[in-house]
Amino acid sequence: MATFTERMAPVLAFWLVLCLSGTWAVDRGNFKTCDQSAFCKRQRALKPGESPYRALLETMELTNTRLTLQLINDNNKVRLLLELYRLQGNITRVKINELKPLKPRYEVPDVLIREPPTEPLSLLSQDDNGVVLSLGAESQRVIVSARPFRLDIMEGRDVLMSLNSRGLLAFEHLRMRKDTQADPEAEKKEEGDPENQAETGKEEEEKVEDGMWEETFKSHSDSKPHGPSAISLDFSLPGVEHVYGIPEHADTLRLKTTDNGDPYRLYNLDVFQYELYNPMALYGAVPVMLAHNAKRTTGIFWLNAAETWVDISSNTAGKTVFGKMLDYVQGSSETPQTDVRWISESGIIDVFIMLGPTPKDVFSQYASLTGTQAFPPLAALAYHQCRWNYNDQEDVQSVDAGFDEHDIPYDFIWLDIEHTDGKRYFTWDPHKFATPKEMLQGIMDKKRKMVAIVDPHIKVDSNYKIHNEIRSRGFYIKNKDGGDYEGWCWPGSAGYPDFTRPDMRAWWASMFAYDQYEGSMENLYTWNDMNEPSVFNGPEVTMHKDATHGAWEHRDVHNLYGLYVQMATADGQIQRSGGVERPFVLTRAFFAGSQRYGAVWTGDNAAEWDHLKISIPMCLSLGLVGISFCGADVGGFFKSPSTELLVRWYQTGAYQPFFRAHAHLDTPRREPWLFGPENTALIRDAVRQRYTLLPYWYQQFYLAYHTGQPVMRPLWVEYPQDPATFALDDEFLIGRDLLVHPVTEEGARGVTAYLPGKDEVWFDVNTFQKHNGAQNLYIPVTMSSIPVFQRGGSIIPRKLRVRRSSSCMEHDPYTLYVALNPQRTAEGEIYIDDGHTFNYEKQEFIHRRLMFANNVLSSVNLNPEARFTTRSWIERVVILGASKPSKVTLKTADGQESTVDFDFDASMSVLTLRKPGMNAGEDWTVKLQ
Amino acid sequence: MYCPYLLLLLSLGVSAVEVQRPRGVPLSKRQFYEEGKPFTCLDGSRTIPFDRVNDDYCDCQDGSDEPGTAACPNGSFHCTNAGFRPAFIPSSRINDGICDCCDTTDEYNSGAACQNTCRELGRKERESLQKMAEIAKEGFMLKQQLIQEAKRGLEEKKGKLAEVQTSKKDLEDKVEALRSVKEAAEQPEKEAKERHLKAWEAVIRKEKDMAKMAAVFLELDADADGSVSVAELLLHSELDQDSDGTFTETEAQGLLGGVDKVDTVAFEAVWSNIKDKYISEETRESVSDTDSEQYPEDDIPEDEEEEDEDDEDEDPDDGEYKVTSLSFSIRLVLDGPGSPPTTRTQEKKDDEDEGTMPPYDQETQNLIDRMTTFFCFLFVHRNIEKEISFDFGPSAEFGYLYNQCYELTTSEYIYRLCPFSRVSQKPKYGGSETSLGTWGKWAGPDDNVYSVMKYEHGTGCWQGPNRSTTVKLTCGKETVVTSTSEPSRCEYLMEFTTPAVCQEPPSLDSMHPDHEEL
Repeated sequence: MATFTERMAPVLAFWLVLCLSGTWAVDRGNFKTCDQSAFCKRQRALKPGESPYRALLETMELTNTRLTLQLINDNNKVRLLLELYRLQGNITRVKINELKPLKPRYEVPDVLIREPPTEPLSLLSQDDNGVVLSLGAESQRVIVSARPFRLDIMEGRDVLMSLNSRGLLAFEHLRMRKDTQADPEAEKKEEGDPENQAETGKEEEEKVEDGMWEETFKSHSDSKPHGPSAISLDFSLPGVEHVYGIPEHADTLRLKTTDNGDPYRLYNLDVFQYELYNPMALYGAVPVMLAHNAKRTTGIFWLNAAETWVDISSNTAGKTVFGKMLDYVQGSSETPQTDVRWISESGIIDVFIMLGPTPKDVFSQYASLTGTQAFPPLAALAYHQCRWNYNDQEDVQSVDAGFDEHDIPYDFIWLDIEHTDGKRYFTWDPHKFATPKEMLQGIMDKKRKMVAIVDPHIKVDSNYKIHNEIRSRGFYIKNKDGGDYEGWCWPGSAGYPDFTRPDMRAWWASMFAYDQYEGSMENLYTWNDMNEPSVFNGPEVTMHKDATHGAWEHRDVHNLYGLYVQMATADGQIQRSGGVERPFVLTRAFFAGSQRYGAVWTGDNAAEWDHLKISIPMCLSLGLVGISFCGADVGGFFKSPSTELLVRWYQTGAYQPFFRAHAHLDTPRREPWLFGPENTALIRDAVRQRYTLLPYWYQQFYLAYHTGQPVMRPLWVEYPQDPATFALDDEFLIGRDLLVHPVTEEGARGVTAYLPGKDEVWFDVNTFQKHNGAQNLYIPVTMSSIPVFQRGGSIIPRKLRVRRSSSCMEHDPYTLYVALNPQRTAEGEIYIDDGHTFNYEKQEFIHRRLMFANNVLSSVNLNPEARFTTRSWIERVVILGASKPSKVTLKTADGQESTVDFDFDASMSVLTLRKPGMNAGEDWTVKLQ
Repeated sequence: MYCPYLLLLLSLGVSAVEVQRPRGVPLSKRQFYEEGKPFTCLDGSRTIPFDRVNDDYCDCQDGSDEPGTAACPNGSFHCTNAGFRPAFIPSSRINDGICDCCDTTDEYNSGAACQNTCRELGRKERESLQKMAEIAKEGFMLKQQLIQEAKRGLEEKKGKLAEVQTSKKDLEDKVEALRSVKEAAEQPEKEAKERHLKAWEAVIRKEKDMAKMAAVFLELDADADGSVSVAELLLHSELDQDSDGTFTETEAQGLLGGVDKVDTVAFEAVWSNIKDKYISEETRESVSDTDSEQYPEDDIPEDEEEEDEDDEDEDPDDGEYKVTSLSFSIRLVLDGPGSPPTTRTQEKKDDEDEGTMPPYDQETQNLIDRMTTFFCFLFVHRNIEKEISFDFGPSAEFGYLYNQCYELTTSEYIYRLCPFSRVSQKPKYGGSETSLGTWGKWAGPDDNVYSVMKYEHGTGCWQGPNRSTTVKLTCGKETVVTSTSEPSRCEYLMEFTTPAVCQEPPSLDSMHPDHEEL
């Protein structure tokens, strides 16, 4: 692209103006602070105090499934309607809307997988001050207090969570312009005659606050035809010092208090060269927060797709460890408490309170609402090679050949925007990619696959079929004046299809049919980038909030847009195969529920050590809120990594769910073999480790798909009672059995890993050295080290015959790694299917439990309905922490018994069973004597 | 190298006799795998019963017990490929469903439908080897000619150099003598002396300007073809006449007096048009490092106030002195193309009193004429010295590329390689030329340094490095650029064929069918 710069001059000029002042960092000035976002500023000005809201108990209606109740704001007399539901699985839903809004307020569709099934609510007691409702069996109650209005959720004598306990419930009711109602948030609640307050309110109402009916940010004006519509609610979490979630932020796993800065912001934005360790919004938003202490985990799911800010404060935040200890010793301490406050620009309050009590319960509860991780094709869990851009077909072919030449496996090669004909998605550059099918066939011949980018901005060009169709069908998002919204993006002037429309999504999906998407084949998959949506010349590089999606403003649906893009694209991929093949779609923007449609990555990071480090908490946070298929660009997108950083990044990425190398157009090439044979070998080794573990990864994703458990987990999820794990985010678990502490420090000679679990043991997967749990272990490292430990008590299947792509390994035999715990038992699973179709939904899979106890290792069928067979067999069993047997016998399903050869390494207590040879899908027992 | 296989391949038409050995073992290692006897891993690490060889379980750390299965992660499989050349493949490619060996032996149990393509491949390879051998042969002959020519050329130049050096000495003496004579003659006549002195100063001043003109000419003449073209001028956007930020071809042509290119003589007229705006590439280079083409503001000429003065400067030059094209090459020799250009302010001071200069007297004119001859010699001298200083290869076989340029037109661009000088790229349909680097160094691997040329410090990239080009040289009868690409942003790769890299083809007699595989 010699003249990329010339051709992209307008775009670049924009970026220059926007982003470059000679520094490599986000230009914060391009993005709003809370102070610059009128509703956030208004809401945040409201301080804790007594709430002006009162519950009108006489309006209470209790049916079998829900309680409704009116709330009144004593300042302006505007009434709200509270709905309270008890949902199956220990979830309480609280919905608050205006009783009679001037026009309907937006309620987020398509995120919940169904109307959540309810459970009966029963009234325990009622008096003038409030009502008490029973929340099922576990002595859980919700107390509705009337004056001021608040909700307390109790278990026994403990308060689990309180709503509006700080009086920060606020609801900007819809109003006519220049109407005479008061603005509730403009008032300070004072004790006294409510009528007086109303009077005060009337006085204040005259001055309409700045930013209520119009707002300007950096020359962009937001017309706000519907006026102010923000909502806010506070949650108090007694006994909680650790809260997590609300991705996407480039911050630590444990969320920080926001008293001294901006709240965490949730507003999908294309942030150029984002900064680390701050609460600024990034590409995606999942409004779910988890609260955890040693006794309980709970969650708050704030179902709102508008711009949202989350404030966190804590009564212990300022205290030192010593101070806390002093409090404890003196017994004078107040209970630690975290207070959270959510503020959204529009819509309604619709909040799901997930009451745990365990982390796994919260995951299941959230999964019951928004669904689980899509079960990806096995190949998608392997290694992906990407770059902006592989220049042409010859380039693709030579990179493909390079992997074979250097004996490094890969499954997917990716094409960025330059593969298209002038950034017209669904097309190919006629010179550089003249014969895409030939190219795809070449890749298919190696049992590999390709991903091509399809972004949701559509070039405005009357010679472009996609554009013409969308325009003629009226599918574009409209600007405030009713014309098609046009913004500036990669192709220049572009329209943005209205993905919130089901008919638009259906049409979009149909574009992926093989006869529509010319040059596509079954091994071509899709990448949705820029779907925040990114609008280069829009406010904060995104769409104007007053653009319209039918009856709704972009303001209402903003954070949902990216989810819809991925949803429609994944649907298209499913449809093109007649519903047979699993899709694979990567997205940059996401929302609650995006886990159902594919993978996400952490966007345009940089080749810096801190960016490598932050990839861990960023993906952990996503996993906690259901999105397991997460990864960061290996090597870093912007800038060029040092060789050491690149190697360390491969080593880290090999143990993160989505494993893709990617690089910016302006960076030098960095295919794994370009850094000398030594580094090629290090990278090869890291990638091969990934491939040997693919059976385990696949099994974890099957589990995530089934249960909603995250694949990549913070340690506290498995060790919820061990406070030492609560803030760890430089190490993590894959499933529950592998602990990874990647080396993320430049020039590191060692790392200190915390191995959790009193009475547990961990085995170094390379040396088989055994270490005790509940200790900080110093591990000396070299450039080839990736500190990984297998939990004693687990069985992990691997395929050690690493081939050039994962599908080449389909029929290969397994090696079982049995790591014994101090009780000399172990347990694991093995999951096998065809790796790419939906046939697993028709019982075409093998799912077995592997157990070791009493010196017997056995395989038990977990899916008796299974109609799947495999050619794979067990070639080796490695038992860690074993003692030497005198004889090993195998008994297979047909009743035949045979002896098995073995090796015993006494120095490491490793017993290796040589070629037992039983089929991986059948029953068998191996007995050590 | 391909050559040892040549005869081998030719001889492989004969049908092969399969020698019994475990699957995947090359004939050369057959003796280590003796049927029925315990097998010792090739690294000597352990000995196993023979029935564990190729039993689909990896016993040896070096993978040597499983040459025919995929059981060992580090094993390798030997395909005989009768009809083509034998090969080793990683054992992970055995039975992976992909045909790797042309004789299909790697896919004996995967169900993959592989065709034996060895014969076809062998035929194709023989053809291409034959072709390459022919090319190498002819190319090598051409190379010998090039070497001879280079030798002759070098001797000639060395001769010239010696000649010039003698003349130089001689002339220097004469000039010195003349000067003394002149000074002596002038001694009694005060008026005359002043006049002469002034004249002398004028000569010197004029010479200086001429020298700069010469230096600029050489710099502008990027392809060293002895003339300055519109395209070459366009590389100097500071010459933009209306300073509107775009230096168009029309404007450039205007500067050249309406023609497409000017030679040294015509350049004199051009020089007066451009000398005040012209920024030497040397001064520019340091600027362009930090410069970004994306900031058009940066290209605005630095000294806008100077524009007014341009008019004053231009006219007095006209017709005042007619300097021959020879004389303008003179100062080049004195200052040299590498010497820093005189600063503008200096120049201006010098120019101010030009109008009052009296005509030369005979004596001065003589002096000038003699000096002209002298400088002319020196110019030749410098150029030869410069040329001789290049590394044109072990036998100067690359010398013929000097002062030449080769073009390749792609769908979008015209690429131009001027060996030992520069590489550039120009959009096919209008637009200015971009430098992809100037001659840097030979950059091949240690055992073949002259196989790769590196051109560096081209135009800077936005947020990126300066453009650079790697030129890979391969043997060919013709001298031609065969392909260009940009594998990494702003790092170009050019393939270039030339007889100068052709190696002597090994004679068939010297080839031994040393490890023929049947």
